[in-house]
Amino acid sequence: MTAAANIVEVTGLSFAYDRRLILDGIDLAIPRGKVVAIMGLSGSGKTTLLRLIGGQIRPSAGSVRVDGEDVSRLDADALYRLRRRMGMLFQFGALFTDLSVFENVAFPLREHTDLPESMIRDLVLLKLDAVGLRGARDLMPSQVSGGMARRVALARAIALDPALIMYDEPFTGLDPISLAVISNLIRRLNDALGATSIVVTHDVQESLHMVDYIYFVSKGRIEAQGTPDEIRRTTLPFVHQFVHGEMDGPLPFHYPAAGYARDMGLSDRD
Amino acid sequence: MIDAPVRWLTALGAWAIDSVWRLGLASRFLGATLAGSGTALRRFRLTVKQVHFVGNYSLIIIVVSGTFVGFVLGLQGYNTLQKYASEQALGLLVALSLVRELGPVVTALLFAGRAGTALTAEVGIMKATEQLSAMEMMAVNPMSRVIAPRFWAGVISMPLLAAIFSAVGVFGGYFVGVVLIGVDEGAFWAQMQAGVDVFDDVLNGVLKSVVFGVVVTWIALYEGYDAVPTAEGVSRATTRTVVTSSLAVLALDFVLTAFMLGSGGW
Repeated sequence: MTAAANIVEVTGLSFAYDRRLILDGIDLAIPRGKVVAIMGLSGSGKTTLLRLIGGQIRPSAGSVRVDGEDVSRLDADALYRLRRRMGMLFQFGALFTDLSVFENVAFPLREHTDLPESMIRDLVLLKLDAVGLRGARDLMPSQVSGGMARRVALARAIALDPALIMYDEPFTGLDPISLAVISNLIRRLNDALGATSIVVTHDVQESLHMVDYIYFVSKGRIEAQGTPDEIRRTTLPFVHQFVHGEMDGPLPFHYPAAGYARDMGLSDRD
Repeated sequence: MIDAPVRWLTALGAWAIDSVWRLGLASRFLGATLAGSGTALRRFRLTVKQVHFVGNYSLIIIVVSGTFVGFVLGLQGYNTLQKYASEQALGLLVALSLVRELGPVVTALLFAGRAGTALTAEVGIMKATEQLSAMEMMAVNPMSRVIAPRFWAGVISMPLLAAIFSAVGVFGGYFVGVVLIGVDEGAFWAQMQAGVDVFDDVLNGVLKSVVFGVVVTWIALYEGYDAVPTAEGVSRATTRTVVTSSLAVLALDFVLTAFMLGSGGW
């Protein structure tokens, strides 16, 4: 595939923190216009991968190209220019707690454009309407529920009509209705804006019927990949355990321990 | 036998390296704050908003403390001065104590406890809830949008608060000395007017409070920005703000006073 077809291209990407290898030779490509999930267990390095794509941390080896630009080689100004074409939704929304819902969504517009107040107002209301929260514009972040905060953050992330939207665990801690709403919004906004979305998540069922393609990350490597149908049919033991939420499998239920009998003082041997 | 001293030396070395390391990081942080100050000064409304917050946080405690420190100065000053039959100098004593020392120093200590901890907690929580990361991902530099306006707000507020503290303290001393004890009112004010020098006393006091404002705000913001992004980390950072900035203020006060006296001013 060419750079033009893929908005993100990751090659041989490794990242170590405190000499601990978190990502170990990741290769992946995110085609334009698609919604791609990066899945894995907690602590598998998926959020790290997202931060590397956003240029918040630098890789130990390998490269990340976004829209043809090598993220790790950009200086601060070029990186900030690139980020204006990215939107990111953080795990719990990361709304600015001292600003109202309206001002949160207006923030990127005020910082990056010289638009007159009337136009900022129109744009903010448009974005808030897209997430169904036009009526909540005067509330403060402390007055909205977790699901609503996530939607406000989504409106803020798309304020500048980004080409690439990144979601860090967008479903964590949501009730089933909010979860379905966010899931639908990710798909609808992606298609309406003609954007590309990367969703980092461990919510299998929600992702399988919303995304176009899935990468499984485990122990810092891409363990499996494919369309939702391919993933459902897969026979890879790890993916099977993950998709079907089985207690025991390649990933054991028991944390490594000495023999049960011995721990209970019933035997000297394991 | 040799184990204990070696361990002790290792710990001392580690502490020294860690301290120098942190000082270096804090200096780089201050550099980045100054470099990012363009926005805070150009869009001065951002800074004014923070001055309002920082000032409001501290105003009541400053006024109340200033009043009581003035009361005590009136009592203690009169008690000592009347032994030498020079209670007319009470006004001068109260004013000089406040303007030169107590105004800047006590204000800085209270400012660290009230506004400094609030700044550390606010920035630390912004970090813990990924608000700073979110800002970076929106291509907005948190150093210029969050840190620099707060820094300048602290630098502006400190001298103002110290001035308020001193002014209120003078009236506190007046109340106890003149109204309650009965020192001659004319002498109280006249001695003060004659004895307090605008440059040697007032300006040096202002200079101190500006330096303390820089140091306390710098430490508070750095601790918040550097906090481990958890509830526990933020609470520890808040404690460190109070301890570090109080020590820094008292140590710097000695150094500054030595310089100011040494330069022939006083």
